[in-house]
Amino acid sequence: MAEPSTVVRPARGPGRYVTRVLVVAYLFFLVAWPLFLVGKNAFADGFENIRGIVEDPDIVHALELTVTVALIAVVINTVFGVGISLLLVRYRFPGQRLLSALLDMPLSVSPIVVGLALVLVYGGRNGWFGPALESAGFQVIFATPGIVMATVFVALPLVIREVVPVLEEVGDEQEQAARSLGANAVQTFLRITLPAIKWGVVYGVVLSLARSLGEFGAVKVVSGNVLGETRTATLVVEENYLNFDKGGAYATAFLLALVAVACIVVVSVIRPKDNR
Amino acid sequence: MSIEIVNVTKRFGSFVALDDVSVSIPSGQLTALLGPSGGGKSTLLRIIAGLESADSGRVEIEGVDATRLPPQKRNVGFVFQHYAAFKHLSVRRNVAFGLEIRRRPKAEIRSRVDELLALVHLEQFADRLPAQLSGGQRQRMALARALAVEPTVLLLDEPFGALDAKVRKELRDWLRRLHDEVNVTTVFVTHDQEEALEVADKIVVINEGRIEQIGSPDQLYDEPANDFVMRFLGPVTQLGDRLVRPHDLEILTGDAAGAVAGRVTRIVRVGFEIRVEVTTDDQVVVVTLTRAEFLSLGLTVGAPVGVRVAAAVVPAG
Repeated sequence: MAEPSTVVRPARGPGRYVTRVLVVAYLFFLVAWPLFLVGKNAFADGFENIRGIVEDPDIVHALELTVTVALIAVVINTVFGVGISLLLVRYRFPGQRLLSALLDMPLSVSPIVVGLALVLVYGGRNGWFGPALESAGFQVIFATPGIVMATVFVALPLVIREVVPVLEEVGDEQEQAARSLGANAVQTFLRITLPAIKWGVVYGVVLSLARSLGEFGAVKVVSGNVLGETRTATLVVEENYLNFDKGGAYATAFLLALVAVACIVVVSVIRPKDNR
Repeated sequence: MSIEIVNVTKRFGSFVALDDVSVSIPSGQLTALLGPSGGGKSTLLRIIAGLESADSGRVEIEGVDATRLPPQKRNVGFVFQHYAAFKHLSVRRNVAFGLEIRRRPKAEIRSRVDELLALVHLEQFADRLPAQLSGGQRQRMALARALAVEPTVLLLDEPFGALDAKVRKELRDWLRRLHDEVNVTTVFVTHDQEEALEVADKIVVINEGRIEQIGSPDQLYDEPANDFVMRFLGPVTQLGDRLVRPHDLEILTGDAAGAVAGRVTRIVRVGFEIRVEVTTDDQVVVVTLTRAEFLSLGLTVGAPVGVRVAAAVVPAG
């Protein structure tokens, strides 16, 4: 009985119920109820709204563009993120802390600033670098590359912030052991490091995917919002909403939310219980 | 000589971990690198393995200059204090790792791994994950993993440091027997002088980045090169201006030539030995006696006695 216990017990008495009610109410009014209303409005006329968007080639194009851009951005951010994480954790070099601080910038800077900054550099007419690229036949701003860049930028730190703590926690002894057993750098990474950080990478990918699908501000500035060409799903939602096509706006918003929720559900189902 | 270390220096910032160290480690023997924490012994082991690189100097392994070789080309087996088990792989896959990297045929890997698991008594745990093993079992697995690649030298960095006292003692005996069986040149790092004296054929004492003495356990214990080695390898006490081992002193109740006079001030029994403190004019001398010696002398606190170095010890060497 006197044995010290590390198990956290729920508080007894009325306090426990008050806390529960507060948490549930908070989540309900902030997240669950609004999201439910989006779904409810999307299906207000049965499947009419959903049919409306899947039969509109411009909206289908916008959805395809969003998915394509998100997938490319996630691949880039995953490769780059894992590489940068290894660099930050496994090596010591001058300017390391500065780099680490810079990597958090996309989280603190407003996406619309990101969009404007990209236009300043890559803009076809007045950009710092844009006219040169444009004369070489490569358009960045008001085209898919620009949308991808803006999306990569805003989702940049998500993989890194998931992978770095995991790398720090597993340490480098397993990697050293692999090296002493004859594995080269690539074999060590694939056989030892990657399996050890697998779940960190998966979380980072899911967060990046959700963030990339939903990016609005930066994309709005760099895409030019051309219907059927550079208009993404989030821009469709805004456009339809402003044009009093609320049904189409809710249906598209519902699809975007559905994908994000599906990602989180899939991960929580497949992850092993003893892993974070 | 199996491993030659020639004029190796290693600094971490302004801290000198190894200061112009040269040592030869003989083939087929079990050598201990012994010294206090932070003395540079682990750094030396990691330089032999290629996990650290020396700032200057040379490392040769079996006649091959290994100074610039990456760890995977040195063919050394390395065992870490905290096991460094591959957590996502079964015991069998852990042991097989080096062989899989070398792309040996599946059947050969299987039989070799079975052999090694039998050697370290882990046959029935082959399909478990490292997390399901005890510390001692994990370290035996790590040892089998290191031996699987038939290393030229086996390096162990404080291999039993993370284990409790009883398991540590068992594994120590077991390591000695294993070494006699497989006969691979083995170097292990320890800060425990008892471990080094009990297991090693040869001991290299390292302190503050320098080698204090190299020799067999007997040589080190009986003929320490300096006060540091003497103090580090066992208990010491001061008699006059000489540093001696308390069990090399004798107590005399009558007058005797060469004895320093004093009074018994404290008597402590520690298991099988009796520790007697004798206060002379200017110092406190500690003498350890067996129970039989103590009883035959009939010592009590306050008794006047003489202390001198026992006759059998005086002509040392």
